[in-house]
Amino acid sequence: MGSSSSSRNKIPNAQELMRQTGFSSAHLLRLHDRFESLDRDNRGYLSPDDFEALGGLAMNPIGGRIIEAFFSSGIPWTFPPLSGFWLISVQLTETETKKEHSKSSPAAGPGSSNLYDLDRDGKISREELLQVLRAMLGLQVTEEQLQSIAERAIQEADLDKDDAISFDEFKKSLEKMDIDTKMSVSFLK
Amino acid sequence: MLRCGYALFWLLESVLLICVVSSVKGEAVVTREGSNITGIPIISFKWHHVETPYLVAFWVLVSFLGKLVIEANHHVTSVIPESALLICFGFILGGMIWAADKVQTFRLTPTVFFFYLLPQVILDAGYHMPNKLFFTNLGGILVHAVIGTCWNAASLGLSLWGCQMGGAMGDLDIGLLQYLLFGSLMAAVDPVAVIAVFEQVHVNDVLFIMVFGESLLNDGVTVVLFNVFDAFVSLGGPKIDAAEIIKGIVSFFVVAFGGSLVGLVFGLLISLLTRCTKNIQIIEPGFIFVLGYLSYLTAEMLSLSAILSIVFCGMCCQKYINANMDENSVQTVRYAMKAFANGSETIIFVFLGISAIDKVIWVWNTGFILLTLLFVLVYRFIGVFFLTWILNRYRLVPLEFVDQVIMSYGGLRGAVAYGLAVMLDENKIKEKNLMVCTTLIVVYFTVILQGITMKPLVMWLKVKRAAVTEVSLLEKLTNKMFNHTLVAIEDISGQIGHNYMRSKWKYFEENWMSWILMKPSARKKQDQVFDVFHQLNLKDAMEYVTEGERRGSLEFVRNENSIIDFKKKSESESFDINNANMSNDHGAIRDPIPSVSLEMHEQIMKAVREAEAINAHHLLDQHLYKSRKQHRHRFSRSHFDINRDEKEVQEIFQRTMRNRMKSFTSAKMGVKPPKTIVKHTQKEQQQKPMKILSRSFLGSEGDSASGYDQSYMRATYRAGAGIENPAFMPDLDPMDLLQIPPWLGESELDSSMVALSHRAQVDLPRTPSNLRRLAPLRISTRSTASFTLENIPDTQHACVFPQNCN
Repeated sequence: MGSSSSSRNKIPNAQELMRQTGFSSAHLLRLHDRFESLDRDNRGYLSPDDFEALGGLAMNPIGGRIIEAFFSSGIPWTFPPLSGFWLISVQLTETETKKEHSKSSPAAGPGSSNLYDLDRDGKISREELLQVLRAMLGLQVTEEQLQSIAERAIQEADLDKDDAISFDEFKKSLEKMDIDTKMSVSFLK
Repeated sequence: MLRCGYALFWLLESVLLICVVSSVKGEAVVTREGSNITGIPIISFKWHHVETPYLVAFWVLVSFLGKLVIEANHHVTSVIPESALLICFGFILGGMIWAADKVQTFRLTPTVFFFYLLPQVILDAGYHMPNKLFFTNLGGILVHAVIGTCWNAASLGLSLWGCQMGGAMGDLDIGLLQYLLFGSLMAAVDPVAVIAVFEQVHVNDVLFIMVFGESLLNDGVTVVLFNVFDAFVSLGGPKIDAAEIIKGIVSFFVVAFGGSLVGLVFGLLISLLTRCTKNIQIIEPGFIFVLGYLSYLTAEMLSLSAILSIVFCGMCCQKYINANMDENSVQTVRYAMKAFANGSETIIFVFLGISAIDKVIWVWNTGFILLTLLFVLVYRFIGVFFLTWILNRYRLVPLEFVDQVIMSYGGLRGAVAYGLAVMLDENKIKEKNLMVCTTLIVVYFTVILQGITMKPLVMWLKVKRAAVTEVSLLEKLTNKMFNHTLVAIEDISGQIGHNYMRSKWKYFEENWMSWILMKPSARKKQDQVFDVFHQLNLKDAMEYVTEGERRGSLEFVRNENSIIDFKKKSESESFDINNANMSNDHGAIRDPIPSVSLEMHEQIMKAVREAEAINAHHLLDQHLYKSRKQHRHRFSRSHFDINRDEKEVQEIFQRTMRNRMKSFTSAKMGVKPPKTIVKHTQKEQQQKPMKILSRSFLGSEGDSASGYDQSYMRATYRAGAGIENPAFMPDLDPMDLLQIPPWLGESELDSSMVALSHRAQVDLPRTPSNLRRLAPLRISTRSTASFTLENIPDTQHACVFPQNCN
């Protein structure tokens, strides 16, 4: 297991974490190592700049938002919460993690609309949608085209005609999507 | 409809006539041998001359007419599946024939079934198989196909034998081995029946592919089991020892893998052939049919699994054929295959019905038949639930309970079982007729009863149905969003996921297989987005034509310059601009609105809105950034593409850098970005801009294979004063700034395309030492590790990672 000792003693509350998240101890150890390698200043918790070092996130058009969304919950990211960082992703997406199976039907939890809704007023306004579109579409798309897409998307989903997509409307428009299947990640040993 | 019915009955009468005629022993027929003719016959009735083909053609016609009658009334077919109705139709026909000459002259013979009727159906199944879905669920499918079928066979055989021992079935002369043989032929779920019933029910993809895949793959097991037990029955009890059993097990692997291999070889052959058939496009479609059939026969010849062979042939070649062949040929193949498959299915079911009316096989044994039915159902349920319970512990998305119920209930037996039963040797197996009868009854039960009740069951249990609606824009966007999130999670956790394997396969497939099997022109067009674009264009073109025909001519298309005047002003503006920008993509319907009826205007508005919708969807499809999972490495030996992927990657990177610079300069200026939770000290804030830059160039995964030494990146530097003071950053290693991020380096980026963030461009210090370093940068873009290491300045490195610093 590398230079770090393979005993579980390094991780506080290992047993409980394993029970909570359903991960195996090997998996937990691997996550712990990852945590330590991410935590550059050895502060014991993660901060946004630790994430920014990840090149992959720089390449991700919504990388910034994801980081913000992670940290918006205000939890200081010591290892125990991080090991349930899958649980955070549960928060984000309200779907099942690797082992857990949540029977709650609306899979689009408040977390995923948070990726759109930056000012946290519970609605996705046209401006916010535009921002997302700008981030996710290539540069060849002109501003007018973006406007028309945003307009159209709101038209499709906005049921109470308030020119913004509330969380319920968002949920409704996604109910056809099989989010559970999509938002699950399986890892190879 | 009534007229059709009458025509049908008239035809049936003529059929009867022919049967009667043919069964009469030859006297009344005039033969060609002219030994006792007295004069020249002006016209003669040469029945025997055409007997066989005539009968074949006639039966095909009758079956098709039966289908015509059945499909005439949709109310009936929505309740009772077509297959059940066809069987009933077969009953009627059989009854009429039997009434005519008291002898069953027509039945579904194994030869006809296995050689002439089954291959098309399976080829169609393989060709239209959703490969991605299939391979994702392959594990589960295999478990059910192999273990499930074995379990079914063993349990059925043993239970029946046990019951006979217990005396429940009266006096039957069937030994244990024969029971096992019977079990093995009853065990297999039948693909034809499954298709027939499930195609009307539209359950969700995963459920369908599990049942359907299982029905296809279990042929491997069925063939082996049937042959093994048949051999055992011939050998007799005493001769069976461990060696024979081991041989049986080995033969399973040989049969299954051998069959698949044969299919694969033929599939590759077809793909290669279609690469060269540009000049004979007219018979291009013929190749797949012929070669598919040959793969079936080859496997059959080698006593391998023929169904597996033809399935894999179809699955393997579908992608390449569709890419290589001309559009017309692709359509031809699709339609012809569907026509053949559907026709075969129809004939199969009609004959299954006719075969019932045969006095020979009417052997009734209540215990045997009822117990068989019971056991078949019960053991299917037990098997499926048990296996799925095991599978769910390893599956990412477990199969739900209702899905499992439908899976068990959908274990239909069909013509394959009947064919195998008829192939039994009656010398070895005295009770063959009983077995045939039982098989038929089970088949009827599953197809008719389970078929009829399947749809209500699916609705009652509220099984997830297949999505048939179009994806909305928001869904598309959110879908992409989720993809990116998943990639981000994988990055953060630094682990290799399922996608690693998939991307490896994609790499192999794109570079080797596509290169060999696809035409170069087809390879270029492999872009999915282009495909969507193409489909949309086709759809538009068809809409134009129908619209034009409705209006009398295509004149309206020619007035392209006129702008439509809308009630809603804003729409028109965006629409105009849309059109201006997208005119090269596809135009929209433009027509000066005359003072015509409102209806016309409505039509136009609707069409325009549709066009707009298509535009919007289209834009999204074209321009959404692909997540890293989707970026492919494109290596074309003959063509240098402008690789959109790299541009995308750069763009994203640039933007992210820009955003970060913005947020941190504003932080520095005292304007706190709204979301920063962690509080930095003043010093840290100053250091931040540069830290971010250098850090962002760090390789992401600490253990990644880029061979990137992270330690040196943490060049120590004094607190920089921000963008305005480049002079205060003497120690900033320019290597950091110019360093090509490893992920870009991996994708063979031309270094001239590296987009330095604007900050880097501003700050590029031009000392002689740096110029020297600049040079090697341009030459070797790949081996970032080697030359950067040699240029490590002798600044102190804060070794952050004790384990990485050497």
